[in-house]
Amino acid sequence: MTDATHAPNIDNVVETCPDCNEREVLIYPKFERLWHWSQAASIMILMFTGLGMNGFHSLISFELAVRLHTLVALALLLLWVFATFWLFTTGTYKVFLPRVVGLFKVARFYAYGVFKGEHHPYQKSLTQRLNPLQALAYSALKTVIFPLVWGSGLVYLTYNFWETLPNAPFLLEVVANVHLAVAWFVAGFVILHIYLLTIGHSFREGVRPMIRGTETVALTPEQEAYLERHETWRLVK
Amino acid sequence: MRYLGLMPAVLACALGGAMAPAVWAQDAPQISESTADHSKFEALQKDFASGPEVTEACLSCHTEAATQVKHSVHWTWEFDNPTTGQTLGKSHVLNSFCGNVASNEARCTSCHVGYGWDDMDQPPPAQDAAVDCLVCHDTSGQYTKLATGAGHPPMAAKGKTITGADAWVVDLKEAAQSVGAPGRENCGGCHFYGGGGDNVKHGDLSSALYHPTVDVDVHMAEDGANFTCSSCHHSDKHVFAGSRYDVHATDPEGTGQPGMVRQDVATCESCHGDTPHDMLTVQGVKLNDHTDRVACQTCHIPSFARGGVATKTRWDWSTAGKMDEHGHPMHLSEYTQGNGKELHTYLATKGDFEYGEDVVPHYAWFNGQVEYTTADMTIDPTGIVEVNKIAGSSEDGRSRIWPFKRMEGRQAYDAGLNHLVYSNVWGPTTDTAFWTNFDWGKAIEAGMKAAGAEYSGEYGFVDTYMYWPITHMVAPSEDAVACEECHSSDGRLANLAGFYMPGSQPFSIGGILGILVFVAMAGGVLLHTTLRIIARGGKGGTTHD
Repeated sequence: MTDATHAPNIDNVVETCPDCNEREVLIYPKFERLWHWSQAASIMILMFTGLGMNGFHSLISFELAVRLHTLVALALLLLWVFATFWLFTTGTYKVFLPRVVGLFKVARFYAYGVFKGEHHPYQKSLTQRLNPLQALAYSALKTVIFPLVWGSGLVYLTYNFWETLPNAPFLLEVVANVHLAVAWFVAGFVILHIYLLTIGHSFREGVRPMIRGTETVALTPEQEAYLERHETWRLVK
Repeated sequence: MRYLGLMPAVLACALGGAMAPAVWAQDAPQISESTADHSKFEALQKDFASGPEVTEACLSCHTEAATQVKHSVHWTWEFDNPTTGQTLGKSHVLNSFCGNVASNEARCTSCHVGYGWDDMDQPPPAQDAAVDCLVCHDTSGQYTKLATGAGHPPMAAKGKTITGADAWVVDLKEAAQSVGAPGRENCGGCHFYGGGGDNVKHGDLSSALYHPTVDVDVHMAEDGANFTCSSCHHSDKHVFAGSRYDVHATDPEGTGQPGMVRQDVATCESCHGDTPHDMLTVQGVKLNDHTDRVACQTCHIPSFARGGVATKTRWDWSTAGKMDEHGHPMHLSEYTQGNGKELHTYLATKGDFEYGEDVVPHYAWFNGQVEYTTADMTIDPTGIVEVNKIAGSSEDGRSRIWPFKRMEGRQAYDAGLNHLVYSNVWGPTTDTAFWTNFDWGKAIEAGMKAAGAEYSGEYGFVDTYMYWPITHMVAPSEDAVACEECHSSDGRLANLAGFYMPGSQPFSIGGILGILVFVAMAGGVLLHTTLRIIARGGKGGTTHD
């Protein structure tokens, strides 16, 4: 069994799953965790060096900032090539497909319910660990925001290959502005991303799945039986 | 084959004890690099009474030398700019230092590569013997020219030399027998002292280059590349590469063939190529990306007037002429330069001076064209007049950002015609020279008359800028201008327009939009946190009950 089976209306299934059992199961394989943390570290370095190049701090020289920014960005792009390959060959990409069912409930929770002490309305399942709002956010990030950053970054980096175009200095300014604007958006996303970990049991529990790879999810009796029999290594307890 | 290389060493070990050391080349008497020892030449075995006599002796063998020299700008002091059509050269142009040659000949022509040019109205003396071979070729070190002798050497210990030292009796015989290729002392004797003193004019050419340390000049340091001037300023038929009037501001040709060194131009690229940085590193690739838009000098000469010799940065002629209570010309020496020498900050003859050392250059787009404000051009005296204009822009496709010394001046002009003026400053025996009589009216009238220029009779003083391309005193690579010196919001190139420089505009439209979005997101998080704390009584909104 893969960890990414396409499951329509999965929300309803879980929410109407009176016989489900919550178990801690290995959800994030090693590659996914490596990807996440490499990406996290890369984005931190990119933000730090980007801020340095723009004069927000002078902790490192411009030259070192450019070197790190360029090399880390290229390394991250390579990682993304691998990650994209992995997402599509394993089918995991389906986790990120935006879906409407349950979206309003989650949005309502963050806008209202959380202040009332309500439980999070989304129950993670074996096949869908992302709530509809997360899926929407990540898919937008992967298909719009990140491509804008790395796309503008690559065009920016390769200025000398297109500097003979008419209006090249103006185009460079446009590219640089897009890169800057979207980079700030990514920085905002990082803040939001970290903040959302504080909603739930605790920050540490929020981070733990991405370290250990395990997450408490609702298992149907069939899933549980399958795991107990064939993939016991994925069950923590 | 590869054992062969070791053989001399092995032989040396084996035979070293047995054979006399004198056998070995390094211990033998030095073999002259030249095929001619001039001290053995019969024509030079005599006591010369004058410079021209030496030249005659030189020409008795080097029959074409005088003709070659006479076709050089060193001789003609005239340069027809092919691009602007202007007739320039020392004999014509005005500057913001001592002003002009006309009417000040014997003083200014002390640095002419000849003897006896005492009238700018006339071409240099016609006879071949008037060429001064020794000023460039003496290697005895004791040949010099008298400061006020129209190019002649001092034959008595009286007066000053062109470098401002007390004059001595020059031994022409010793000088004639010593001749060789020009060294830095030869070129420096005039070029380091332009404008009337050490480093006054250029800023990047001073006596510090006689024996510079590596950090002052990597090329000329004796423990560096140990170049002479002519290592770069290659000459062909006594005409040297390199011009300040028609500058080779960009050299996309580079070295030409791979690994080749081009010797017909005195550009950095002719040796270093146009991709001199390591292509295998990110910064090397990025730095090579700069070479089409930024001159090598811009990064590699972080400041000029290094090495302890200051350059004059401002010269205000308008205050000249002050006398003390005894009626003697006033003078002040309130600047001490790096090597300890005190410099005049006021002279009644010349006015007020300011100096600078380790001066950060002025930067401008430069395509090599320089247009001079000649005395027939109308100026706007209400603004700052540019004595020479640097042409170029980011858009012309051939300009690069260059460093300049921007000389600030305040000098006389014709207030009736709005022209810059020639003035007669030197002339100990005249009643017109300003340095003798302190009368601007007479000095300008005499200068204009000597130059054959129209003068209204009214004069005033106008603020001027004059630009001197900086290209010497290349620093070691580790001292090159750091990226952030330019790539920042208030960097060295902040006054330049027409290009986008990464890092210089963090608050551009995109930057501000991005920051607003970021602040909105971060603000939302803060608001959310606050609401959670209020609503849940400090429990932070966790789902624990």
